[in-house]
Amino acid sequence: MHAVVCIKQVPDATEVRIDPKTNTLVREGIPSIVNPYDLHAVEAAVQLREKYGGRVTVITMGPPQAAEALQKCIAQGADEAILLTDRGFAGADTLATSYVLAQAIRKLNAENPVDLVFTGKQAIDGDTAQVGPGIAARLGIPVLTYICAIRSFNLETREIVVERLLEEGREVVAARLPVLLTVTKELNEVRYASLPSMLRAARYQVRTWNKDDIEADPKQIGLKGSPTIVSRIFSPPQRQAGLQLAGPAPEVARELVEQLLQRGVLTA
Amino acid sequence: MPTKPMPKIHVLKAKCIGCQLCVSTCPFGALEMVDGLANEILDKCTGCGLCLVPCPTDALELVGPRAEEITARMMRKRELERGKRGEPAAAGAGAAGAAASPKGAADGVAAPVGEHKGVWVFVEIDYVTGKAATVSWELLGKGRELADDLQVPLSAIVLGHNVEEVARQAIGFGADRVYLADHPVLARYRNIPYARVLVRLAREHKPEILLMGATTLGRDLAGSVATELATGLTADCTELAINKAERLLEASRPAYGGSIMATILCRDRRPQMATVRPRVFTARPFDRERTGEIIQVDVDIREEDIPTRVLEFIHEGGSTVHLQDAQVIVAGGRGLGGPEGFKLLQELADLLGGVVGASRPCVDAGWISADHQVGQTGKTVRPRLYIAAGISGAIQHLVGMQSSDVIVAINKDPQAPIMRIANYAIIGDLYEVIPALIAELKRRGVRPVHTGMQAELLAAPGPGVEKPDRAVGPLQAIQKQAG
Repeated sequence: MHAVVCIKQVPDATEVRIDPKTNTLVREGIPSIVNPYDLHAVEAAVQLREKYGGRVTVITMGPPQAAEALQKCIAQGADEAILLTDRGFAGADTLATSYVLAQAIRKLNAENPVDLVFTGKQAIDGDTAQVGPGIAARLGIPVLTYICAIRSFNLETREIVVERLLEEGREVVAARLPVLLTVTKELNEVRYASLPSMLRAARYQVRTWNKDDIEADPKQIGLKGSPTIVSRIFSPPQRQAGLQLAGPAPEVARELVEQLLQRGVLTA
Repeated sequence: MPTKPMPKIHVLKAKCIGCQLCVSTCPFGALEMVDGLANEILDKCTGCGLCLVPCPTDALELVGPRAEEITARMMRKRELERGKRGEPAAAGAGAAGAAASPKGAADGVAAPVGEHKGVWVFVEIDYVTGKAATVSWELLGKGRELADDLQVPLSAIVLGHNVEEVARQAIGFGADRVYLADHPVLARYRNIPYARVLVRLAREHKPEILLMGATTLGRDLAGSVATELATGLTADCTELAINKAERLLEASRPAYGGSIMATILCRDRRPQMATVRPRVFTARPFDRERTGEIIQVDVDIREEDIPTRVLEFIHEGGSTVHLQDAQVIVAGGRGLGGPEGFKLLQELADLLGGVVGASRPCVDAGWISADHQVGQTGKTVRPRLYIAAGISGAIQHLVGMQSSDVIVAINKDPQAPIMRIANYAIIGDLYEVIPALIAELKRRGVRPVHTGMQAELLAAPGPGVEKPDRAVGPLQAIQKQAG
């Protein structure tokens, strides 16, 4: 089995703070992490390899420092990591990003046929959830999003059965391989990296591929390949502070209920 | 030839928001992105100042000889360009730039890109209840405004099997035209056949705008369709507007955890695609008299050509929380101190006919399941009444609930961010205030008032929709409450 996991390095959202004076984002010293959903994707691929043998290759598109995120994935059990980095990739939106990742997967597939492609269900910085379906569309393989369980996997019959976590419940779907899965955190528990794999990660040299290595069409990468642009930035509409209520709880409760009745939110 | 001394560019990192407009403007490749911010490459910079023009936050400055002179010239260029685009010359100044009207366009609406014309809304169907998801009606409401601005028809796209009733409803909610693909292979949503039909329709009929709900289904489908059509897609928009002078969809969405809003454009490719979360827009009142055209679409996909099969659906209606349909939400945060606190919130929610929500730390701590989470990584909600107990109001939470009609915050800390946006900020211990509130509500026999969206939905079903209720979906749940 050959599984390719696409990951992204993102700023740690739990560390993001707003400067109350300037109302801007404080970004100094915010650590970069592997997008949390992507770690569940790596875990899923590693678990399948442990059961069925084969290889897990992790790829990401990003600046040179994204190699750090790939090393973390090696520590989590991946066999190989490839950084797709090129000045030409900069400024990519989801369309251009899915193109670069799909080109890299094509190249990997030529070396060693790919059975499964994994991504997290979305990245916590952009929250778009578009790149996974985009890669699948480019590769012409089925996409199954929001995976919360892998029920069965059979390399002989080339079929996988998974559960998708949707608003109203779980959908059980069967698909022919190769297939792209985007995963939720309900799929598995991410393991603590073992000491040997941490040592391996520390010594591991991430391979890098540039735009020529993946035979990228210059018109489809980076800013040129990105149809969307940011035209304007503005402050979100602010709500005004309202009435402050303090004092003994029964009195506060009486006042609040009175106010909500008057506003027509409640009725007696 | 001696060269004139020129200044060099400098990025003010504190102001840069990483929008990359300068990077794409610089003719010399002297700006690059590093850690999500613009970064100058001094040996490539010629000091031309062109990058100053598009910068939305004035995060670039020229330093050195002639800096002031060049900066002033670039600022004039910026004013001119904004005027040409029909934008206000300066933010908030409300200048008369919008008067610019391209030749030959009626009422200031520019000509379409190629043959692309019309606004499309994809209508999502809940395959358990067989009814349309409410977000689709909300999108038709907004789509109607956009189509009127562009003076084009509004079309609804309905895919499924035995879903003609939904097509008729779409007209009542504002569509002029419905493309209806009714076929057994479309009985349940699957990415491949749905994307194939939608891509084919878009190629044939060339809409300029295509909107979908930012639901699990809409996000799954939108990413595939946008890639196939090689066009731009903006996720999770909270505002949509038409720039008539340029005939462009301005799709705005929160960025950087909601601390800023970014307006995204797709200038050269069509259709311009966007997904919108449920409860951001409001549906129009259902008009059963409204007329429109239903166009049957042929489907030439064979079941054996589809590499996926839906084997079963495990309905979790009992445990799934309908936060987005709730009129009242009682949400708890870290201030609850532990999972037991949610029992108290549930009691209050039950009394008000509402549901329980939570901030992310409670979910991360395992106090409550993730389907209760409100906020950037949870759900966006817009209830009539949002009661936040022990929630400080991190920006990631606020973006998910700040468009609630009335917000009540209960917190010991009067400085907590949520207190600044609450209509009623109660300073006190939630374990005293909420029991007192429950007692007061019981004493006075108070009930919630159901209005707005629900009243419209109750009127929604057109003639002859007497289908057996197979399960209790969100719509029926509301009807039950209201009845």
